[in-house]
Amino acid sequence: MAKTYSAGVKEYRETYWTPDYTVKDTDLLACFKITPQDGVPREEVAAAVAAESSTGTWTTVWTDLLTDLDYYKGRCYAIEDVPGDDTCFYAFVAYPIDLFEEGSVVNVLTSLVGNVFGFKALRALRLEDIRFPIAYVMTCNGPPQGIQVERDILNKYGRPLLGCTIKPKLGLSAKNYGRACYEGLRGGLDFTKDDENVNSQPFMRWRHRFDFVMEAIHKAEAETGERKGHYLNVTAPTADEMMRRAEYAKEIGAPIIMHDYLTGGLSANTQLAQWCQNNGMLLHIHRAMHAVLDRNPHHGIHFRVLTKVLRLSGGDHLHSGTVVGKLEGDRDATLGWIDIMRDSYIKEDRSRGIFFDQDWGAMPGVIPVASGGIHVWHMPALVSIFGDDSCLQFGGGTLGHPWGNAAGAAANRVAVEACVEARNSGVELEKEGKDILTKAAAHSPELKIAMETWKEIKFEFDTVDKIDVAHK
Amino acid sequence: MSDVQDYNSSLSDAAASRKYETFSYLPALSVESTRAQIQYIVDKGWNPGIEHTEPENAVSNYWYMWKLPLFGETDVDVILAELENCHKAHPNNHVRLLGFDNFKQSAGTALVVFRGVSV
Repeated sequence: MAKTYSAGVKEYRETYWTPDYTVKDTDLLACFKITPQDGVPREEVAAAVAAESSTGTWTTVWTDLLTDLDYYKGRCYAIEDVPGDDTCFYAFVAYPIDLFEEGSVVNVLTSLVGNVFGFKALRALRLEDIRFPIAYVMTCNGPPQGIQVERDILNKYGRPLLGCTIKPKLGLSAKNYGRACYEGLRGGLDFTKDDENVNSQPFMRWRHRFDFVMEAIHKAEAETGERKGHYLNVTAPTADEMMRRAEYAKEIGAPIIMHDYLTGGLSANTQLAQWCQNNGMLLHIHRAMHAVLDRNPHHGIHFRVLTKVLRLSGGDHLHSGTVVGKLEGDRDATLGWIDIMRDSYIKEDRSRGIFFDQDWGAMPGVIPVASGGIHVWHMPALVSIFGDDSCLQFGGGTLGHPWGNAAGAAANRVAVEACVEARNSGVELEKEGKDILTKAAAHSPELKIAMETWKEIKFEFDTVDKIDVAHK
Repeated sequence: MSDVQDYNSSLSDAAASRKYETFSYLPALSVESTRAQIQYIVDKGWNPGIEHTEPENAVSNYWYMWKLPLFGETDVDVILAELENCHKAHPNNHVRLLGFDNFKQSAGTALVVFRGVSV
């Protein structure tokens, strides 16, 4: 029997709350943390979130009857308490795959974190996790090269990669900047890095920077016999300009370029990642603006979602937090999104904040980059937490060495190799860390003085955004 | 400034400057430490492989394979003996040990066990 049209406002839950629904393998699933306004029933507000992030609007419209809304609608299929927090609850929503353009994380986010986040019946809303069905994953391009290809290109096996962000972030001339890179690379780093806000300012236009930095790479490679790179930041005011800078980086033989995927935008990022794949370039991804989206435990988008979005859009490196450095990052939650970056199948694990199984199929992994306020004393913990498939970046922890960048780089390189050697020999890194470093410093004056310089620095503030457990 | 130490590395001083593979910033491993690294490769389930090169050609991806990778070999003594055989046959060359991870289709680790004279 065909439905009849009756104008007016229906309660959302009549249409969009379906607790008996069995999720399909092809459904895109989302977990929202909802903080409702006082007095609004959970089912109603959860159904409203499902409606407003898919097919619904506030009133019935006659054109609803021209389609099969029961097929196209997103629906809330489960509600759960948030452990330790009575102000909010989890709502699980299933969306049919047809709602999303193939290969477009832009389209997925526009639906899931669009208008619904301003909805008045909500006090706050947070997108905690998304399960991308493998059918959708296969429509996305993903990381340009992936972890194994990067290792083969750079000939680096069996240890974390080492990097350094050049400081001061802004104000150096291109020639002085290239000097800072050269010193770090000759001392034993694999990479140096443009900071996120280094684009093409009056004091250092991009093209001069690219030229001087390339000379630094070539000389350091000849000197050490090792392969080196510098993340040339191609983030630009327009996508056309971004591509112009990327093309030039390739022309001069740079192995890796860099993009800021949130401020630069996901369309630009996906375009750049596809170009990198077709041109044999590695792509380092910075995440400026992420804390605006992911730090508030009740509102915004969790970083594990931003991680999945980047893996689909494309990037070979992504900043992950350090757990031990100067920037926010709960240890278990960080381990969760590191798995999301690197593994091909991740099981649901609430202790790490992972709400869904996620199958990446053949899509390559992303190397997590630990950067921000770390130095040689953190090395044993970093190697233990991140393992080999990671990039450890010491900015101040390289450049702040009393003997300069080359010595600072060498100190870090000796420390990471000593930790890997000890780990491989069965030594417990986080327990024996001090002994390992002290032993290594006996043959490395650079490491010895670094250990004396940074001994007392610690960052022991409590994290703002914790995994939801009953901790109150 | 007198406290600042110079970083000794240059194009012309190859012995002080050229580095190869993991652990090249540490002193040469003792036999005991080398055995521990071989045991690690075995414990990971990786296939040991031995390669060597003239130091002047070390930049190439493809060093000379010494025989074939030792597929399925788990005896540390056998692997160490093969490394020594390769070194005896090519005493001036770098000799490296790789652990091939066939699931990742990539080397799990690579270390130079005998260091030739760099140029």
